[in-house]
Amino acid sequence: MTVPSVVRVERWTPGSIIAAAIGVALVVFLAVGPVFFNANLIDKLTILFIYVILAAMWNALAGYGGLISVGQQAFFGLGAYAAVRLANLGLNPFLSLFAGAISVGIVSLPMSTFMLRLRASEFAIGMWVIAELAHLLVNLDSLINGETGTSFIELNEYDVVLRHTLIYWSALAAMVGLLGIVFLLLRSRVGISIQAIRDNEDAAASIGVKVLITKRIVFALAATGAATAGALWVASAITFQPKTYFSVQWTAYMIFMVLVGGIGTFEGAIVGAVIFFLIETWFGAMGVWYLIGLGATALIFALFLPRGIWGSLEDRFGIRLLPVGYRLNWAKGSNLIGNPGKPDSARHSAKVPEAPDALPDI
Amino acid sequence: MMDWINSIIQGVLLGGYYSLMACGLAFMFQVMGIINLAHGTLAVVAGFAIWTVSEHFGISPFLALIGVLPAMAAIGWILQRGILERSARAGQLVPLLATFGLAIVVENLLFEGFGADTRSLAPYIDTLAYDSWAIGDVFIGQLSVLIFVIAVVLLGGLSLFLSNTHLGRAIRATAEDPDTVGLIGINARKVNTVATCIAMLTVAVAGMFLGMRATFTPYSGPEQLVFAFEAAVIGGSKSLWGTLVGGIVLGVSQTIGAQINPQGFLIAGHVVFLVILVARVSAVMPAFGSLARRLRGLTS
Repeated sequence: MTVPSVVRVERWTPGSIIAAAIGVALVVFLAVGPVFFNANLIDKLTILFIYVILAAMWNALAGYGGLISVGQQAFFGLGAYAAVRLANLGLNPFLSLFAGAISVGIVSLPMSTFMLRLRASEFAIGMWVIAELAHLLVNLDSLINGETGTSFIELNEYDVVLRHTLIYWSALAAMVGLLGIVFLLLRSRVGISIQAIRDNEDAAASIGVKVLITKRIVFALAATGAATAGALWVASAITFQPKTYFSVQWTAYMIFMVLVGGIGTFEGAIVGAVIFFLIETWFGAMGVWYLIGLGATALIFALFLPRGIWGSLEDRFGIRLLPVGYRLNWAKGSNLIGNPGKPDSARHSAKVPEAPDALPDI
Repeated sequence: MMDWINSIIQGVLLGGYYSLMACGLAFMFQVMGIINLAHGTLAVVAGFAIWTVSEHFGISPFLALIGVLPAMAAIGWILQRGILERSARAGQLVPLLATFGLAIVVENLLFEGFGADTRSLAPYIDTLAYDSWAIGDVFIGQLSVLIFVIAVVLLGGLSLFLSNTHLGRAIRATAEDPDTVGLIGINARKVNTVATCIAMLTVAVAGMFLGMRATFTPYSGPEQLVFAFEAAVIGGSKSLWGTLVGGIVLGVSQTIGAQINPQGFLIAGHVVFLVILVARVSAVMPAFGSLARRLRGLTS
């Protein structure tokens, strides 16, 4: 497909280059942080990184893939379990965090073959059944002692300060790595395919998008990511109680973060995770009313602000910090229909945040 | 041998309960294509409402149900007009998110109001809670039989209602194509509201039996939702009779699973559900719903 010469297709804008540079600087700052952060801040930030992973992974699945799952706690719990299990078998505990997450990702592949054939709403709750089953099966492992649970004792052999710092770095590395994968994936052919499928599966298939394979890639990525988060959580919490890890509340948190931040926007998931982290810090002690507030906020956003905070800002101001789509820049002096000053007004679909304004050559 | 027969009989009766719980969920899914993730929690709401009335006035839960039914219908109206209608306009997935948020709000409000204590309606129904008929070595609980009969009556009644009444046909037509029915003088908005109210009436009945046969807490909803969903999906999305079969398949799987291994009750239910799912997506086996219709086609 050729693009008329009056328009220039671009991905990087001056704004997004600055944003990416700030992002890189922030990551470098966080990486050297443990040198001057106190222990409490290190633990808090570790939790924040895990929330960002959870939000970004659920967003990749639901926001870009259109696959709403209320059973992602299956992978969160399995990731934690796999880490504990592998460490118990003698693998280095830090290696087992990542080896565990990857093995959960591998397990998710055969699962995806039949789960992805379900209709959308059946998929959502079918995943919940998977989570329930995974929970029951993990309980059968004698290492876990049923609902009593066990501890990640292999990690206790490390010095406390060193352990927390290593977990912090692991979480930071996992977060940056997974966000990077999502970013690259969304810019690739898979990213365009998955959004086409979300918007209209039949139409996407008719123009040659490989529907099932594309969905499987996103499903496995989201599973691996949630498993990484679970493994990191058990590393920092040490105790593993199946009931806590396979609780649907994890998915509730993911939904909250993504809905509030902005479903289907790369930055929105991160914004949502930060907001959730702050709300939990300030109001978490309120117990039941805190949970009521979370549920009500999710409900209100779903009904009245379905694009979330970031999505609404994006719509309003045409900002795009991290370029995962394309934008058209009208050449100066062109008299084509459209507003030359606002490149983003060329966006066609209101529903699609990252819809490429021009299709790449396929 | 007797143990196995007993397991199967108890499983069938348990299946009656599951299909009753699944009735409203399947009805809303078949009619509006919406899966209400607050379904189980709303059944628990009905359970608490009936418990409160029984406790306060010292009356039988069956009488209390009569008072709670209009309240649940009103909840149905609010649910449809306030949440489902608005969210359904935004696509198929938004109702899931909205009802999920609703479930979290409602269960925590229940916790705030009623605390963490487990409640049961069994103390209010005298000996019905444990009376049973003995046939040889098999004991058949009277309450279980009652639940099974009510499930058959409700699912069958709704099936007949959908096929034989004007309103029922309007509901089915709206399910087919909500935009076109306007052309033939059907108010889709009204029809969907009525359908949700009907679903909530069945939820009230299911919530009452939840409280009679077991205990419940504010957080019992999700488990009931999962069972109801499994029964509804096994049964297929085409017929309410299928939901009855789906409930029975689930119930029998669980009791046989428990017979094999004490921990097998829930595992067997979930595994059978997934196996049926896999079989169906591999197109080996038709939904029980369509099987049921074919059988009916043969007999009529």
